[in-house]
Amino acid sequence: MNGTSLPGPHDIARRVLANGIVVLARENPHAPSVVVAGSLNAGSIFDPPERAGLAAFTAAALLRGTLQRDFAAIHELLESNGASLTIGGGVHSTSFSGKSLAEDLPLLLDLLSDSLRNPSFEPVQVERLRGEIVTGLKIREQDTRYVASRAFRTLAYSDGHPYGRPMGGTPQSVAAISRDDLVAFHRQHYDPRGMIVVVVGAVAPEEALDAVERALGDWTADAAPAALLPVPGAPQLDRTRTEFVAMPGKSQTDLVLGVPGPSRLAPEWYAANLANHILGVFGMYGRIGAEVRERRGLAYYSYSRLDGGLGPGPWRVIAGVNPVHVEQTIAAIRAEIRRFLEAGPTSQELADSKANFIGRLPLQLEDNEGIAGAILSMERYGLGLDYLQRYASLIEAISEADVLDAARRYLDPDRYALAVAGPALPDGGEEGV
Amino acid sequence: MTGRTTQIARYVLDNGLTILLKEVHTAPVASWWVLYRVGSRNERTGQTGISHWVEHMLFKGTPRFPAGTLDEAIERVGGVWNAQTSFDYTAYFETLPAQHIGLALEIEADRMQNALFDLAEVEAERTVIISERQGSENSPTFWLHEETRAAAFRVHPYHHPIIGDMADLHTITRDELYAHYQTYYAPNNAIAVAVGAFDAAELLRQIEALYGAIPRRPDPPPVTRTEPPQQGERTVRVERPGNASYIYLAYRAPEAAHPDWIRLAVVDSILAGASAPGGDNIGNRTSRLYRALVETELAAGVGGGLYPSVDPYLFSIMVTVRDGRTPEEVQDALDREIARVSAGEISQAELDKAKKQARALFAYGTEGVTGQAFWLAFAENFSGYAWYADYLSRLDAVTLDEVQDAAARYLRRSQRTVGWFIPVNEGDPPGRAS
Repeated sequence: MNGTSLPGPHDIARRVLANGIVVLARENPHAPSVVVAGSLNAGSIFDPPERAGLAAFTAAALLRGTLQRDFAAIHELLESNGASLTIGGGVHSTSFSGKSLAEDLPLLLDLLSDSLRNPSFEPVQVERLRGEIVTGLKIREQDTRYVASRAFRTLAYSDGHPYGRPMGGTPQSVAAISRDDLVAFHRQHYDPRGMIVVVVGAVAPEEALDAVERALGDWTADAAPAALLPVPGAPQLDRTRTEFVAMPGKSQTDLVLGVPGPSRLAPEWYAANLANHILGVFGMYGRIGAEVRERRGLAYYSYSRLDGGLGPGPWRVIAGVNPVHVEQTIAAIRAEIRRFLEAGPTSQELADSKANFIGRLPLQLEDNEGIAGAILSMERYGLGLDYLQRYASLIEAISEADVLDAARRYLDPDRYALAVAGPALPDGGEEGV
Repeated sequence: MTGRTTQIARYVLDNGLTILLKEVHTAPVASWWVLYRVGSRNERTGQTGISHWVEHMLFKGTPRFPAGTLDEAIERVGGVWNAQTSFDYTAYFETLPAQHIGLALEIEADRMQNALFDLAEVEAERTVIISERQGSENSPTFWLHEETRAAAFRVHPYHHPIIGDMADLHTITRDELYAHYQTYYAPNNAIAVAVGAFDAAELLRQIEALYGAIPRRPDPPPVTRTEPPQQGERTVRVERPGNASYIYLAYRAPEAAHPDWIRLAVVDSILAGASAPGGDNIGNRTSRLYRALVETELAAGVGGGLYPSVDPYLFSIMVTVRDGRTPEEVQDALDREIARVSAGEISQAELDKAKKQARALFAYGTEGVTGQAFWLAFAENFSGYAWYADYLSRLDAVTLDEVQDAAARYLRRSQRTVGWFIPVNEGDPPGRAS
């Protein structure tokens, strides 16, 4: 894939509407379908502490009925045309994603506009949805990986940091959310300012921009100025914090070990991302996978993840292990982190990960969803429309010292947050965790 | 449209290897699949899970490509690879930037015959596979599916889970694994498929050069344990820790090659939501069962499944009981709704909608090369690739009479197994200790 076949300034159209919405479009004529993706600044970061899950509940309620269309009408319109539309809460933003045959783009945009602007929050639908959310949360309470991840967040982001709260809420917090809370959250946070809409598919770019403008251009913000999107600072872990959650009846234990990491906008983002790739992604889950899964056979999976995002998202290792192997696995993960921080990557490892970062672009940009996701990131993080053209040289410029510095800045084998969820550990193993 | 697409070309080499090639020049990527006609269907008691374990061992190296080197080789060029084991097949694939497809061809030709099955690697993998099963056991629905399927099939090997019974995972030996590999991994038991941005004539020459000399092996033993007719409804109760009840309803269904299969697929679409090979899920909120169970606040979710299989399998419905409701009341509502359909209450409008939805789903499924290559290989195994390629035209020919008739014949109580998952500690929060 050469520079001009990658999406870039030559084929991405961008328009800022009078109401602040940024619209981007790129044509992909190969399949008769179209994707609409985007976001607005209405994420869980705005949840009041005692109303955890409010942003997610609000987003989920939008397609339950509007002032013009009831639940059945919305879904009949989508499903009878083979189209789909989802709206879901994230930490900083609420995202939407829709797909249809290209000729149905106006229909999809009309429905998106209607649901974002005119939700009815009909009481019977609110209660029905609440029951589904609570059932879903209770089911997740049985998922060791979810329980470990949630406990990890509480440990790594303590003292009321918004990243420490469960984005979807808890059965208790969701039970306490009233219809008035949903209406108020919607009125306060659903706003064209800060909204991004990306259209990719078998539609000419200018035509796509016009279609979005027709559907959303007359949405005006409330008189009050839009709240600035708050980006929380990075908390410091002063000491290792651990928690064990006993879950009766389980066969496998999940553990999450990590720290608050760099934001996507941090200068050391690319170096940290390469460090993470070498440590727990490349090949069969990087160095950690090679040690924990391949050499020792301790786990079915053991890998590391760097979230990034607008704020200090987590950098963590996740492993699913037999309960008797928990202690060994933790020791092995810490040893790999220590080894990495002592000597850094080898030049071969860094060359391999760089080759992967650059070489995987064709696969990531194969379909409409992939292209739309890439364009959305360019806009959300201010990377510029020529980001994909610059990408290879950005990656090539990272040195071994950059990677080591980035890892040392965040990781510490003796100071981390660790959550373990699974059956009771043998021999009072909880003490050691 | 600039994205040139060719028809599917099918070849069979002298050693019996079936090859399907389709050029798609929409993005500079290509996908290579090799599917072996072996899965849990081919396993006997004492060796359940052996096909899946063999799949794992094919990632553990050959003399030419020692363990770990291929993960790195593929990631260096920005590709992905993986494998999956199912009831009827074990399949391996690489999707790569198109200029690197030669690497995929070499990997699969090599491990078709030269996998090492090193004893130490076998033992290390035993732990990993037991851990994989334990991970599944953490999910309440895993137990429900395993027990319900076991009750639905008494004789046929669809009885046992793909991952295998724990007893067998503890006792299967290295030599048994190797013998399984030797029996089933042969060109005459394999289907190879490429879809992507290549020149088919040139690619065929490369394939012949790499695979043509691999020797044919004796045909693997046929599966002979046919499931006898079902003599009445079967019921299963699974009682374990959990926070929700589930109902898993499984009706005996025909094999994919049977003309009734696609008629039952329409019934599935009307009852539980649109489906088509290769397509994404578009939601099922206008389906009969969503309206009858979720909109009435009896259930938190419902889905249906008709799996295209080599031998007759199941049409299943899975319901998550809503918090505060009982499986009894959900089962009653479910039965009422199914009775309407089996009594012939299906309209032409519903059939037309199912067809239109399938057309859109099928269009989405042709955006990527990986999914198209998988479906060609998958369909070639259970029926012939035309099953997939001609899906929409076959669907278009289905009439309302045929759908009503299929619903009446297959949705019979006597032909089903009803599984319930009952949580035994409902309401207990997870315990905590620090």
